[in-house]
Amino acid sequence: MKFIKFLFVGIFFGIVLVKSEAVSWYRIYEMFKFQSFHMYGIIGSAVMLGAISIWAIKKFRVKSIEGKEIDLPPKNKSFARYILGGTIFGLGWALAGACPGPMYILLGTGVFSMLIVIAAATLGTFVYGLLRDKLPH
Amino acid sequence: MDNILQPWPWYVSGPLIALVMVFLIYFGKTFGMSSNLRTLCSIGGAGKYSDFFRFDWKAQKWNLTVVLGAIIGGFIAVNFLSDGSAIDLNPQTIIDLEKLGFENAGSTLLPAEIYDWSNALSFKGLAILVVAGFLVGFGTRYAGGCTSGHAITGLSNLQLPSLIAVVGFFVGGLIMTHLLLPLIF
Repeated sequence: MKFIKFLFVGIFFGIVLVKSEAVSWYRIYEMFKFQSFHMYGIIGSAVMLGAISIWAIKKFRVKSIEGKEIDLPPKNKSFARYILGGTIFGLGWALAGACPGPMYILLGTGVFSMLIVIAAATLGTFVYGLLRDKLPH
Repeated sequence: MDNILQPWPWYVSGPLIALVMVFLIYFGKTFGMSSNLRTLCSIGGAGKYSDFFRFDWKAQKWNLTVVLGAIIGGFIAVNFLSDGSAIDLNPQTIIDLEKLGFENAGSTLLPAEIYDWSNALSFKGLAILVVAGFLVGFGTRYAGGCTSGHAITGLSNLQLPSLIAVVGFFVGGLIMTHLLLPLIF
């Protein structure tokens, strides 16, 4: 039963991303061509409401559902890994038209060739794990 | 009901995505979809090859449950909550895509030119999907997060590293869209 709330959040996430068309390859292409406000509106409004929410959670010391302190650890300070990793990610994002959330959601919409992308993404993560110590971070 | 069946505008979708993040934070977790790829590696025994995969993946079962839900959500959305209307793309986008050889842009979520099995299993098509997936999986772990972890959660939490990562996402995305896609297609 502990997991049922996560299942529901996942279902909600999947529905929202399909209905918003954020899972569409075309919308990603259109975004990178700066030909529509749609994706910028989605990410912008999500971040604006998200920032207010996180500010309020910290300000009022909201406890988690289990009554624990909510701890949002800051990201490690660095430049190289974020700009290099981010750029590599962006190249793949614009080609596949899908990032790691939408990959699974699109599988649910019946696009089974997405399994190839998911398998390749898993391989990419594995190769990162092998090379991690040799890469600038 | 019509409003639900039609595509949702950005000002509805964006806040609902923020809600997903808030729910996961309230449940004592974080919103980060790419972590599941690392978990999949660990389940598959990648810990034999790198310390990076030696962690208690069972503690990540909640996130795999989110993935399962996301798959179900995708199924529900297209089968029960859609009226089949085309994506309302900018007409210029459709023209640009026609020049690259993409037909009927926006009639489906994904282009048949990439994802139809007949194309996905050609040599070139398979290479596209494998390279794209590899770059996403490698890049997201190198950057320490993807769209959900950096662009939504990290920016909401005012993290400078996430802003750098999102700049990187755009550098890569713009290079692919403007320079490489015209060479590939």
